[in-house]
Amino acid sequence: MNLTLKIWRQKDAKSQGKFEEYKVQNISPDSSFLEMLDILNNDLIMSGKEPIAFDHDCREGICGMCSLHINGHAHGPDSEITTCQLHMRKFKDGDTITIEPWRSAAFPVIKDLVVDRSAYDKILQAGGFISVNTGGVPDANAIPIPKADADESMDAAACIGCGACAATCKNGSAMLFVAARVSSLAKLPQGKVEGARRAKAMVAKMDELGFGNCTNTGACEAECPKAIPSRTSPASTASSSTLSSRTKSRTLTQTTEPRFLGSVVYIDN
Amino acid sequence: MAKLDSKVPAGPVAEKWSKHKSEIKVVSPANKRKLDVIIIGTGLGGASAAASLGELGYNVKVFCISDSPRRAHSIAAQGGINAAKNYQNDNDSVYRLFYDTIKGGDYRAREANVYRLAEVSNLIIDQCVAQGVPFAREYGGLLDNRSFGGAQVSRTFYARGQTGQQLLLGAYAALNRQIAKGSVKSFPRHEILDIVIVDGKARGVIARNLVTGEIERHGAHAVVMATGGYGNVFFLSTNAMNSNGSVAWQAYKKGAFFANPCFTQIHPTCIPVHGTQQSKLTLMSESLRNDGRIWVPKKKEDVEALRAHTKKPSQIAEEDRDYYLERRYPAFGNLVPRDVASRAAKERCDAGFGVNETGLAVFLDFKTAIERLGKDVIKARYGNLFQMYEKITDTDPYKEPMMIYPAVHYTMGGIWVDYNLMTTIPGLYAIGEANFSDHGANRLGASALMQGLADGYFVLPYTIGDYLSHEIQSPKVDTNTPEFEAAEKAVKERIEKLFSIKGNQSVDDIHKKLGHVMWDMVGMARTKESLEKAIVEIQKIRKEFWADVRVPGKNDEFNQEIEKALRLADFLELGELMARDALGRNESCGGHFREEYQTPEGEAQRDDENYAYVAVWEYNGADAEPTLHKEELKFEAIKVAQRNYKD
Ligand SMILES: Cc1cc2nc3c(=O)[nH]c(=O)nc-3n(C[C@H](O)[C@H](O)[C@H](O)COP(=O)(O)OP(=O)(O)OC[C@H]3O[C@@H](n4cnc5c(N)ncnc54)[C@H](O)[C@@H]3O)c2cc1C
Ligand code: SF4
Ligand code: FES
Repeated sequence: MNLTLKIWRQKDAKSQGKFEEYKVQNISPDSSFLEMLDILNNDLIMSGKEPIAFDHDCREGICGMCSLHINGHAHGPDSEITTCQLHMRKFKDGDTITIEPWRSAAFPVIKDLVVDRSAYDKILQAGGFISVNTGGVPDANAIPIPKADADESMDAAACIGCGACAATCKNGSAMLFVAARVSSLAKLPQGKVEGARRAKAMVAKMDELGFGNCTNTGACEAECPKAIPSRTSPASTASSSTLSSRTKSRTLTQTTEPRFLGSVVYIDN
Repeated sequence: MAKLDSKVPAGPVAEKWSKHKSEIKVVSPANKRKLDVIIIGTGLGGASAAASLGELGYNVKVFCISDSPRRAHSIAAQGGINAAKNYQNDNDSVYRLFYDTIKGGDYRAREANVYRLAEVSNLIIDQCVAQGVPFAREYGGLLDNRSFGGAQVSRTFYARGQTGQQLLLGAYAALNRQIAKGSVKSFPRHEILDIVIVDGKARGVIARNLVTGEIERHGAHAVVMATGGYGNVFFLSTNAMNSNGSVAWQAYKKGAFFANPCFTQIHPTCIPVHGTQQSKLTLMSESLRNDGRIWVPKKKEDVEALRAHTKKPSQIAEEDRDYYLERRYPAFGNLVPRDVASRAAKERCDAGFGVNETGLAVFLDFKTAIERLGKDVIKARYGNLFQMYEKITDTDPYKEPMMIYPAVHYTMGGIWVDYNLMTTIPGLYAIGEANFSDHGANRLGASALMQGLADGYFVLPYTIGDYLSHEIQSPKVDTNTPEFEAAEKAVKERIEKLFSIKGNQSVDDIHKKLGHVMWDMVGMARTKESLEKAIVEIQKIRKEFWADVRVPGKNDEFNQEIEKALRLADFLELGELMARDALGRNESCGGHFREEYQTPEGEAQRDDENYAYVAVWEYNGADAEPTLHKEELKFEAIKVAQRNYKD
């Protein structure tokens, strides 16, 4: 396959960036998208130019290191996968592909397609854990947990912290990411103990770090590579207003369909 | 020999650890606050150790290459983690897990360490559940288990196909809690390029800030390397792209001994190579062998038809299929250990029965399981793996069997450590995949996660206290000393040298060459000739690298090419030591298969009389041959036997 690529180049956080155009040739449709960028980079290096910086590590959709807005979609046009799992057979010979970094005020660009996502670590440091020390815990089977709860907890725990949700959101909200962690822990008896405190602390940190408010556009859910659901079933309006007052997200109180709140609020039960 | 003291406590194997724990020293809370510990790596080993040491009150600094500690390579582990809980009432026990691990490792691991590993395995599961790890459960609400290769019991705990992710998120959460408390300081996007030794003790590191390129000095009273394995020496492997052997290699050059470097695990079930543009290989979890059956056609004409795409695998009749693992190993069938399964696949493909165009693939088929259990059950068990397979290959594994082939996956070899997990450099510890101690010549599935967490949560926090109890009088480490200066200077010179070459080959071009040599000559089957040739070839490629590599850009910026170049420079030396080690071991054991040493049935032929030792290498300088030390392996609790998975 032969392709034209329009790629965002930016020297560092302080510099202005711009798109540059590149051509790649003889790309196998079985290659992954990142392998295609490897080939471009090798060509650039050989012709004395600077290769394009992009983040990646596991290349199998689990570490959350890769990012990229491809033709306007976080993680590219295919659904429920990360950029590193995208394969060239999803494109046509002769296509022009536009590649940009995550665009979000909370994720400043480091270089080219690489952004700083440390804000997500900070949100989790604010409370995304169960406060137990190593050792001295009960036997693993001491507390039976309904299979359905464990499964739902696992659904939410599948979040890879990639940042696509905030990068896709027009408000730059990290609510899907926050809700994923909060509801994953809240589904388990171990996590319920600190549930309310955790949700409050994480949401407050999210606000402090400059992420926007959630207005339920659902864009994040559509782009999330792990199909993290933006709503879980049992949620009450009463509790959603509790949370929304915490988040200062006024719009949320009005919604009859508590989306993210559904999951966040679950801990109040 | 005097240099190698394994410090294994005396007494019966089952009592060693409790006895040792009661005898070693502890540090008072007031003194812990005055002690600094550096941890390199945030995989299961590093994250669990950093969190636990932070909880104990030490001042911890933790470093990783990725932008967040959560992204360490451990995140990719799929299948599960072993523990001797015996929740299934299938007569599992600490002894049985210990026995299976020693046997699976082909009797080349240190007995006392393995016993301790089995002993603390149960604590790990308790710990993870308390942290909120959503392990799979039965309808009754209790934990579910599955089976892994090399075991006849169900002792593997799992969280769908994302066990490593969930365990790491547990450890990372514990780490986050300490970061918030201020007991741990995290340095993501930092790469350690050297260990600093002062008066014979590890006292700090030289780091490169990967965002700015700045070279930094960090001092501490002890340094822990939890840097993972070096499988990427083969270029193509299932390891994450940034996995590397550099800290291990730099430690080796500073006096830490390297043990069994040639013990590499080739995993039988990976997605086959698609072409020359490939950058890495994807594992299909071993757990799939619980329900998947491995086969190739019996008839060559079916093979031809498959390669020509005139026949689909599902069209090949049951009686024309050779389920070769079930045929050769009736007792374990598809669940033989990895080394055995990998060699059996290679044997069939070498005999001309490979099922794709390259001739390097066999089938992993779920037809029988889907008929027996229904698609929904299979989907619940392996849904994400099936999805991953389909995205990569464009084939639906619910309809047609998966194609798989062996690939480099794990390195059992690593930095030599004593019973306390300390290297031959006082104050330098190695934990997780970076050390050599627990898996002998072959690691059993679901045991690496167990080892990483055992080391980090339950072993190191005790043993490091013993060492640090002697350091309470040492002041904060001053990094303005000649030792730090010299180490920093050497690192900067290495970097400058790489930029100055301005040659005609990219780092990846040269890495691929090294990978080919390693795979063809130091891979699944090795011979005296291939290994001798490999040594010459690797030396040649190394020269080429230092004369002809091209590293664009400069140091004081975000520059991924210099990162890769520094790692490759180390792989180019480590690869040679691997070949040397393989050449010296005139036997076959576990993942190390020397074609000259096999039984008439093609099984690995061990030589216990001459090779029941750990090969431990000491660096003697760039132009000198390394010295081989031997740690004799004595088995007191286990009777050494030929491995048998047939009956
Ligand atoms: C695809 C796959 C699936 C697997 N599945 C299983 C399984 O189901 N069960 C099982 O038991 N095992 C499994 N394994 C093996 C297991 O995942 C690893 O052996 C284990 O996770 C290693 O953990 P670790 O903590 O030792 O190192 P890693 O997780 O590799 O972490 C290494 C850390 O060191 C850091 N680091 C490295 N070099 C430097 C440096 N120079 N400077 C700073 N930081 C550095 C890295 O950034 C990283 O944080 C699997 C492995 C793979 C590849
Ligand atoms: S919720 Fe989805 S999009 Fe957001 S960080 Fe997690 S995996 Fe990525
Ligand atoms: S590189 Fe790990 S998720 Fe894409």
